[in-house]
Amino acid sequence: MYEFIAFYVFAIATTILFLITVMSKNVLYAMSALAGGMVMISGFFFLLGADFLGVVQLIVYVGAVMALYAFAMMFFDATKDIKEKHQNPSLVFLLGGLMSLLFVVMFSAPIIGDNVQALYPVVENVGVVENVGNAQAVGMVLFTKYLIPFEVAALMLLVAMIAGIILAGKKMDYSLTKCEAIDEEMDIEAITENEKGEA
Amino acid sequence: MVSTLFLTATALPEVGPAGVIIKAVLILAVIAAIAGFGTYIERKILAFMQRRLGPQHVGPFGLLQLAADGIKLFTKEDIIPQHANKFIFAIAPVITAATAFIALAAVPVFPDFTIPFIDVFVPSIAADINVGILFVLGMMAAGLYGPLLAGMAQGNKWGIIGSARTAIQFLSYEVVTGLSILAPIMMVGSLSFVNFNDYQTDGLWLVAYQPVAFVLFLIAGFAETNRTPFDLLEHEAEVISGYVTEYSGMRWGLFFIGEYANMITIGVIASVVFLGGYNDFWIFPGWLMIIGKIAFSFFFMLWVRAAWPHVRPDQLMWLCWKVLMPLAVVNVVITGLVIML
Repeated sequence: MYEFIAFYVFAIATTILFLITVMSKNVLYAMSALAGGMVMISGFFFLLGADFLGVVQLIVYVGAVMALYAFAMMFFDATKDIKEKHQNPSLVFLLGGLMSLLFVVMFSAPIIGDNVQALYPVVENVGVVENVGNAQAVGMVLFTKYLIPFEVAALMLLVAMIAGIILAGKKMDYSLTKCEAIDEEMDIEAITENEKGEA
Repeated sequence: MVSTLFLTATALPEVGPAGVIIKAVLILAVIAAIAGFGTYIERKILAFMQRRLGPQHVGPFGLLQLAADGIKLFTKEDIIPQHANKFIFAIAPVITAATAFIALAAVPVFPDFTIPFIDVFVPSIAADINVGILFVLGMMAAGLYGPLLAGMAQGNKWGIIGSARTAIQFLSYEVVTGLSILAPIMMVGSLSFVNFNDYQTDGLWLVAYQPVAFVLFLIAGFAETNRTPFDLLEHEAEVISGYVTEYSGMRWGLFFIGEYANMITIGVIASVVFLGGYNDFWIFPGWLMIIGKIAFSFFFMLWVRAAWPHVRPDQLMWLCWKVLMPLAVVNVVITGLVIML
């Protein structure tokens, strides 16, 4: 009973928040709604008993990914509305069509869903082995069946990290606050501005 | 749902809704009292260390200063700047306070006990999800949104600089918190606070095995709660008040309460994970021990505030990425090697 109520609360909240994300013209609303929606999605994981995945959803999406989006948004004025340009109506048409197709598949999913079986059901495992927590269950599957995808993902993250360091690492070995080259540039700018003002 | 119930209800008395509610009220009462009273204690201790008197005019020894401050905060005019985004501006302080208190839901404060006459079992933890540590860290990470949205919504340059600093500082030091606490997690082999506590019942405290992780966690905890060596977010001489520049009255008070609640959370995590938790010690019962430990870590934060000046932003980043993070990684690797061999 409680699960049903909680499920509908989370479902409605998620849908509304993500609709705000898509519909709103204000960056700040869109961003906060997206972050709130991510929190609501973690609610589904908790409902299904996957505490570990729920918390990972919180940490990764809410704590890290969205915070980085938000950080990027500090570089422009977030309180203004954005004027959207619709240059390509056929693309909108195509995306809308694809979306409705996706909805048909999603709503018909329960018909196929009866045949789907979990490969490593956690709840039954608990009955066999005592004290297997959520994290342990995820770990067992990750390091047996899905070892290669796991390692490949790790490799990709390593590549991304190295690329990030290289992209951001220019001029990393000296301090910007003590940089004399920048001081000189600023001096030159100040002089030229003064000259402009005098002229 | 089935599996959570199944996992948590092993070999314990029945945890009824009454027990959980009592626990929640207990945590809220204790934490709110400490957080409110903390401002008075902070001012008195700082005054003592700096050879001043501190608050002394309102009530005996200035004890009613707290009530006076509360009345002042509630009756102050609540100003919302003209060009601010009003909705986000209003909701940002609530996010800070709410995430700080939600994090406390998964933190154990007192041992299990049964109320004698009505026979209600009160668990040590309000919501014993078996990934408690991750939940608390995740909730504290979500607490970043309060300052972030506050800075972006208020349409003030100092505010946005302050919230940019907040974002950098929190995101960087979360890495250190996570990595430093990873080594004890590897030793205990669980993410549940209760297991951490039980692990230290008979043996030494975990701080004896993991001194480096403890120090790293404390430093990162100072940064995450915006305490003095790292209080760059609202440093008056540089960025007015940072992300709280445009806030007044009780909205400002909510940020303040959230910050104090986070200090307590860090204190609780430090005491449960590293300092033996709520186990009995010699002749002292567990509940007294945990209160003593939390109070000491609170005092420690005030002590550091009185003793040290704050660092520059570039020193802060240097400390995080070039000193603390490598140390934390080395600590994790060494712990792993020792466990394997």
